[in-house]
Amino acid sequence: MTVKDRGEIINYVQLEFLSVPENVSLSRVVVASFAAQLDLTLNDLEEIKVAVSEAVSNSIIHGYNNKPVGKVYVTVMRYEKELVIIVKDEGVGIKDVKKAMEAAYSTDPERMGLGFVFMKSFMDEVNVVSEPGKGTTVELVKKLELPKKTTGKQAPKE
Amino acid sequence: MKIQVEKLKDTLFLRLKGEFDMLTADEFRSAVDDHFDGKRVKNLILDISKVSFIDSSGLGAILARYKKIKQLNGNMVIVGAKPQVKRVLELSGVVKIIEVYDDEKSALMGLL
Repeated sequence: MTVKDRGEIINYVQLEFLSVPENVSLSRVVVASFAAQLDLTLNDLEEIKVAVSEAVSNSIIHGYNNKPVGKVYVTVMRYEKELVIIVKDEGVGIKDVKKAMEAAYSTDPERMGLGFVFMKSFMDEVNVVSEPGKGTTVELVKKLELPKKTTGKQAPKE
Repeated sequence: MKIQVEKLKDTLFLRLKGEFDMLTADEFRSAVDDHFDGKRVKNLILDISKVSFIDSSGLGAILARYKKIKQLNGNMVIVGAKPQVKRVLELSGVVKIIEVYDDEKSALMGLL
C-alpha cells in the first residue's frame, strides 16, 4: 500500500477483537459512531457501515476460515480531509488481490462475492495489501467535505 | 435480529427485525430451511421493513434461499425495504431477481 501523506491525524480509535461474527456489528457501530462526529450525511454513515461490515466479514470468513482463531484490527482515523478506516487481519491472505476485488469472485453459493464491490461503491478509495500466509490489510477512505467557513485562527490585525 | 414466523396455508411469512449480517444470516437460513425442508410450505414472503442494516452476507443468504425455493417450485418475494436497505438491494442486482412489494397484502396478491 502506498503510504499517502494525508496530513496530521486529528483523532483515532483502534479496536482489536477475536474473529467471531458477533464482532462484525460491534466494529461497524464503533466506526459509525466515530464517523457521526464528523460532517457526514446519514447516507455516508450507512455506506461506511456497509463497507466496514464487508471488510471485517471478509477477514473472519476468508482470512480465518470462519473460525475464532485470530485477531482482527480495526482502526478509524480522522484526518483533515479524509476519514480512513484500516481493517487488518493475520489470516491466510489473498493470492490474487485484483481477482478477489472483482464481482462474484466468491465460490460459496451462500455468498454473493460482492464485498469488494460494495466497498468500492460506498467509499472514495479502497486499497488492499495482502500476502498469502501473512494476512490482509484493507484501507477504506471517505473524503470529508471541507468546512465552508474556515475555523482556523485568523492572524490578529496589527 | 428477531425473526417472526407466520404460516398461512402454503405460504410462510417471515418478518425480520434488526441487523442482517453474517451473524444473523445463519439464524435466517435455519428459520427458512426448517420450514421448507419438510415441504410443508411452498412460498415465502420475506418482510424486511424493520431491517435497519443489510450487507452482502445478508443478501447472499436471501438469494440462496430464493434459489432453493424456486427449485422446489415455490416463490419468494420481499416486502418493504427501508431506503438504505433498498440501495444495497439495488446495487447488488437482487431487485432484478426477486420482486419487492410495499406491503404484505400486495406481496400475497403478487404470489398468486
